[in-house]
Amino acid sequence: MRVLYGLAALLLGLLLWQLLVWITGTPHFILPSPLRVAQAAYASRALILEHATVTATEVVLGLILGTILGAITAIQLASSQWAQRLLLPILVFTQAVPVFALAPILTLWFGYGMASKIVMAVLIIYFPVTSAFHDGLTRVDSGLLDLARTMGATRWQVMRRIRIPHALPSLGTGLRLAAVYAPIGAVIGEWVGASKGLGYLMLLANGRVKIDLMFASLIALALLTVVLHKLVAILADHLSAYASGSSLQKGLGPKK
Amino acid sequence: MTPPPAITLQGSYTLGDTRLFGPLSVHLPAGQWTCLLGPSGVGKSTILRLILDLSTGGQFTGSVQADDGQPLPDRISYMAQSDLLLPWLTVLENTVLGARLRGETPDMDRARHLLTRVGLEAHQTKTLAALSGGMRQRAALARALIEDRPVVLLDEPFSALDAGTRADMQELAAEVLQDKTVLLVTHDPAEATRLGHQILLLSPDEATVWAPPPTPPIRALQDPATLACQAELLAHLRGQVR
Ligand SMILES: Nc1ncnc2c1ncn2[C@@H]1O[C@H](COP(=O)(O)OP(=O)(O)O)[C@@H](O)[C@H]1O
Ligand SMILES: [Mg+2]
Repeated sequence: MRVLYGLAALLLGLLLWQLLVWITGTPHFILPSPLRVAQAAYASRALILEHATVTATEVVLGLILGTILGAITAIQLASSQWAQRLLLPILVFTQAVPVFALAPILTLWFGYGMASKIVMAVLIIYFPVTSAFHDGLTRVDSGLLDLARTMGATRWQVMRRIRIPHALPSLGTGLRLAAVYAPIGAVIGEWVGASKGLGYLMLLANGRVKIDLMFASLIALALLTVVLHKLVAILADHLSAYASGSSLQKGLGPKK
Repeated sequence: MTPPPAITLQGSYTLGDTRLFGPLSVHLPAGQWTCLLGPSGVGKSTILRLILDLSTGGQFTGSVQADDGQPLPDRISYMAQSDLLLPWLTVLENTVLGARLRGETPDMDRARHLLTRVGLEAHQTKTLAALSGGMRQRAALARALIEDRPVVLLDEPFSALDAGTRADMQELAAEVLQDKTVLLVTHDPAEATRLGHQILLLSPDEATVWAPPPTPPIRALQDPATLACQAELLAHLRGQVR
């Protein structure tokens, strides 16, 4: 049913787009009709796929690395009072630097290849992941921590067996945000300097006044983001289900 | 295991500007059950937390001491007023949480045995969502009983149980915790008169000793002396509330 509604919304959007082109009579090098874009997408499918693969790789690697770094930072912050007092303000302050402004510097440091785009994506998702996970790690019921203390728990065991499982849904929230931000980071990196990727392809098409190809790249990018967001949402749902015990209930729990 | 110590708490406790209780003295005889009664909010749970050296919202001036002079907190098993079970673990895994948190290998056989004793044998591998309030409380009881420690503090451990199960669990706890120093918080005069070597009534000014029935615990439900003591205690508590 939801799929049907989604399709209907898509058709409606395309129809409005086509109508807009017809009614205003906008020339195709300003706003191409959906049909033209579809034709361009089909004609350049190999090209688009090649560049999309590059962008997707950058985004996925950026997501994975950024999540690992963010999770480690959050655990570190949550396990030591002084780290939290000292590092958290620094971390918040660094957020005042717009990451996009760093793109030229990153290209200078990490080159025109994938590395600078991955670093860009990592930087842009690092903070949302860190802060969401840290929030979950530190918001454990104090009664539980007291109980753990009376049981003679070690710090690391409390982290591993109470704080981290409790914070998994928060990590999921951070990941959902990251899935939206990471492609933005990668594409901006590609705009600043690249020879591959959908961002690069868009600039190239724009320069050659192939506006229909530019739109086709844009749509490929949107599709990529939507698919990524969907996959991450599924992962986040699993994390929440684990923490609430409902995955156990269905017998999907971790094997001992 | 070292023999269970006697414990004495002495002092007064303030919350902000207002005195909650004291100066008063609470003495727990070694190897015996003390049942603590008192109106809601008088500070019963707070007294448990003070003995455990856990943070409370207020200021305690006084001392908590074991008669052997050794530190207390690592010798106490604690069952808090809320069950504090972890939803991502099975009932069995919740029961052995203490060992897991200490990085030890848990005694699974003992955990299964205790779960059987609290009537959760069929629910060991289930998640908490499948449990009723009373079952959750019994899981928390099993988790407290598995900790083999000389002092046990139980904060209203049977409050969510039906009358029949409650009587069963009282007998189980009395058996497993025999000869330990136990402090049990309860609102139920029947429970206190059934289980206590000593019965303490907590008020803001003092902790009064209420004479328990002459026979040693655990006392039979239909024992006339126990029933008489229970009725007197109830009458007293009602008078106090009014
Ligand atoms: N962490 C806390 N911060 C401030 N006040 C608290 C805190 N915990 C309990 N209190 C207050 O202390 C008083 C005694 O609480 P408690 O010991 O739980 O009473 P009881 O167990 O006898 O019902 C209550 O008025 C309660 O509101
Ligand atoms: Mg209480």
